[in-house]
Amino acid sequence: MTTIGVLALQGDVREHLGALAECDVLARPVRRPAELDDVDALVVPGGESTAISKLAVTFELLDPIRKRIAEGMPAYGSCAGMIMLASEVLDGRPDQQTFGGIDMTVRRNAFGRQVDSFEDTVDFDGDSLPAVFIRAPWVERTGPGVRVMGRVTGGPAAGRIVAVRQGNLLATAFHPELTGDLRVHRHFVDLVRQADVDAR
Amino acid sequence: MSEHPTPAATPDTGTGTARVKRGMAEMLKGGVIMDVVNAEQAKIAEDAGAVAVMALERVPADIRAQGGVSRMSDPDMIDSIIAAVSIPVMAKARIGHFVEAQVLQSLGVDYIDESEVLTPADYANHIDKWAFTVPFVCGATNLGEALRRITEGAAMIRSKGEAGTGDVSNATTHMRTIRGEIRRLTSLPEDELYVAAKELQAPYELVKEVAANGKLPVVMFTAGGIATPADAAMMMQLGAEGVFVGSGIFKSGNPAQRANAIVKATTFHDDPDVIAKVSRGLGEAMVGINVDDIPVPHRLAERGW
Repeated sequence: MTTIGVLALQGDVREHLGALAECDVLARPVRRPAELDDVDALVVPGGESTAISKLAVTFELLDPIRKRIAEGMPAYGSCAGMIMLASEVLDGRPDQQTFGGIDMTVRRNAFGRQVDSFEDTVDFDGDSLPAVFIRAPWVERTGPGVRVMGRVTGGPAAGRIVAVRQGNLLATAFHPELTGDLRVHRHFVDLVRQADVDAR
Repeated sequence: MSEHPTPAATPDTGTGTARVKRGMAEMLKGGVIMDVVNAEQAKIAEDAGAVAVMALERVPADIRAQGGVSRMSDPDMIDSIIAAVSIPVMAKARIGHFVEAQVLQSLGVDYIDESEVLTPADYANHIDKWAFTVPFVCGATNLGEALRRITEGAAMIRSKGEAGTGDVSNATTHMRTIRGEIRRLTSLPEDELYVAAKELQAPYELVKEVAANGKLPVVMFTAGGIATPADAAMMMQLGAEGVFVGSGIFKSGNPAQRANAIVKATTFHDDPDVIAKVSRGLGEAMVGINVDDIPVPHRLAERGW
């Protein structure tokens, strides 16, 4: 059975584990390099990106995850997870490390502070999805290999890129794991299964 | 996410929805929130891997030592902390002081702690937290108190413990009490939940939801007396979803190293090897006071109801 890990250093790990379980895959927390070896794919949850980055360095997960991503392991990141999959971060800490993998520039806390956090619908892969943005980033630049999957539909930030895919890597600025709408997780699970078929 | 009824004033989309407020706390889970009194301390906290800082004028240990009326911090001081760090900034308002809360919201703080550590402004009413866009965290010593705060709109709960002591015993008592009362609810037949709600002095719908889910509808952190990595890890093992550390860090011998160690021990709270490693060579912990030595009227956890 397909096994998908959720990076469990900090953040809304439980919500992602729950959403993945509903998509009929084995979902497990990953905090150690050995646990990373046992998963086919990885979800990087929402949380505080500076804390996740620091803990990933301290507990020696940064390089192993970078290596797995370079080898083609599928990964999905929501919010802080999107930041962790970005090749470049604006408004981060100077020493902030990311796993990278997606050729994009992401601005941290782009929508503002918590009082500016909001719920709205977004376009995702041609569908309209309920989306929760919490001190969320947005994407300011995408490289040539990156497919824009979703944009903000209304309000002052209308048109901003908030979902992208590059190869086996998927990222959203919003939190589908908080809404009970499984479409983004299903999209990722399909991607993981396809990657597994392709690798055989 | 919870579907329990919220006042009609709370919107379904846009800013300030229940999901946005409670969701913010979900993102802090597994993390450490540190009390700081200036920009320099805020930077140390961020460097150590804190998920947020709590801006206040005096840490609880000093409030306890110096006495007097304790109030919301100076807006200049809060501004300087917001400017110094990129992580979320929380700040404390007095229980019932809705204007302090309005001011904190206008300053752009990310979470308001309606806190018993400050001197209460109203001995009957807490703040109507549904009326705000910014989310609130409130303290609780038992399940009924937690559910009353959630009914008033709190989007996050922290078990109170006894702030400013460095004595973890009340933190364990309050966490065990709340978790025990939740477990008891889950074991009750449905027809006994009406009386349970009456005894808890909390709305029946909310009691029913907790009984069905076996957890609060919001995130619960621990607070009040956490001074060492082992304290933080124990509270996580007892069911806390994250840790507030007040005086424990900046009243200790080596704040940066201790802050760092408590962050690591919180993430690896179930791994004694990691906790042992980070506990080495930390220097002096805060001196602390035994809760038993504090006369009952001076115990902060008794404030709020």
